[in-house]
Amino acid sequence: MDPRSCVNIQKEWDIVGARQLGREMAKEIGFGTVDQARIATAISELARNIYLYADHGQICFEYINTKSKKGILMTAVDVGPGIKDVSRVMQDGYTTSGGLGAGLPGVKRLMDDFDIESTVGEGTKIKAIKWVK
Amino acid sequence: MEERFKALIIDNSDSIVNKWMEEVDRLKSNNYTASISDELYENTNREFVNVIFTSIQDQGLSKVVEEFTEKIINLGWPLSYITDGLQVFRRVTIDYLLSQTEKVDSNHFSNVLSSVDDWVEPLIRQLVNEYSGSWENILSLQRVALQELSAPLIPVTDGITVMPLIGTIDTDRAKLIMENLLEGTIKHNSEVVLIDITGVPVVDTMVAHHIIQAAEAVRLIGSTCILVGIRPEIAQTIINIGIDLSKFPTRSTLKKGFTKALEITGRELVDMSSKNQDIDEIMRLLKGD
Repeated sequence: MDPRSCVNIQKEWDIVGARQLGREMAKEIGFGTVDQARIATAISELARNIYLYADHGQICFEYINTKSKKGILMTAVDVGPGIKDVSRVMQDGYTTSGGLGAGLPGVKRLMDDFDIESTVGEGTKIKAIKWVK
Repeated sequence: MEERFKALIIDNSDSIVNKWMEEVDRLKSNNYTASISDELYENTNREFVNVIFTSIQDQGLSKVVEEFTEKIINLGWPLSYITDGLQVFRRVTIDYLLSQTEKVDSNHFSNVLSSVDDWVEPLIRQLVNEYSGSWENILSLQRVALQELSAPLIPVTDGITVMPLIGTIDTDRAKLIMENLLEGTIKHNSEVVLIDITGVPVVDTMVAHHIIQAAEAVRLIGSTCILVGIRPEIAQTIINIGIDLSKFPTRSTLKKGFTKALEITGRELVDMSSKNQDIDEIMRLLKGD
């Protein structure tokens, strides 16, 4: 498998495509079923955010191999409206779409490392890593 | 002008057909039709070229074209077979027409090109349209079939109904689940509805949100909703992501959920064979054995 694979997110069904690819890669590198479900759910949240708020974007997956540990890095990039107040969307229960408001803080809890960069009017980039334990 | 070319082509159809057959045969290996037997391939080619000539002669889009496309679609041959075939026909015919005149000036050249294009383009358009039309047709049929499967509601006993969900839940399906659930609950007069998510691969905030809303709506019409089929990994993910499902009852399996539903409706499962044994025992005691 390629070290880096990407899925474009444009339609609602692209979320399923991204999830399947991510789950497949997670399985390959040796994650257990619980972590696979965590990763698939995180992908689902990130992909849905792109679909709901940014219209279109991309999610990429990469294997990370260091001496001490290995893992999977997912990067979700869009050129949507951006997030005005990043600290606010990271709070549980904050939502602008009438959802549960658990998406982004949920992803942070599901994954090990989480990083978000967003500029209003330019777009959002989210990086999240899960390590194999 | 055009009539002159047309007559020329039809009079010399044999040599054009031969040249075309040769070229198309060479394409066989690289347009995904390599697995087709030579005989079938050649027969179909012949039919194809006949269709092309018929449509040129009739100056219109005849029934023959339609029938031929249908045949190719039924054979499952790729669309590229048709488009390649027509491109080759265009090239061969242009070559032929140009070779018939000794002096080729730019005027003559553009005349030939536009005449051939006028024949071939409507053909390509019709064939491609029919081909994609058949795909769209299949796709819409499958969508309907999928929709029929997407939110079934099964009345199990009086007052208890099950909705088994399998596969991904998107916005459209979530709406359908809600509608079917409410409609069915009222129709079957259910006291308890079990939503089984054993077959749902991922429960993210959107899916959870829709299930919570559906359960809340069921509560509003006076019934109880039990969420069953929560696999261990899904349970852990739900906790991690921070979804609050504490407001309504959940069970790990459909079996446990059903038992709970019986309890709510004031019934229980009784094993008939052991009961019979008990009666036998009592009878024996009464007889004083």
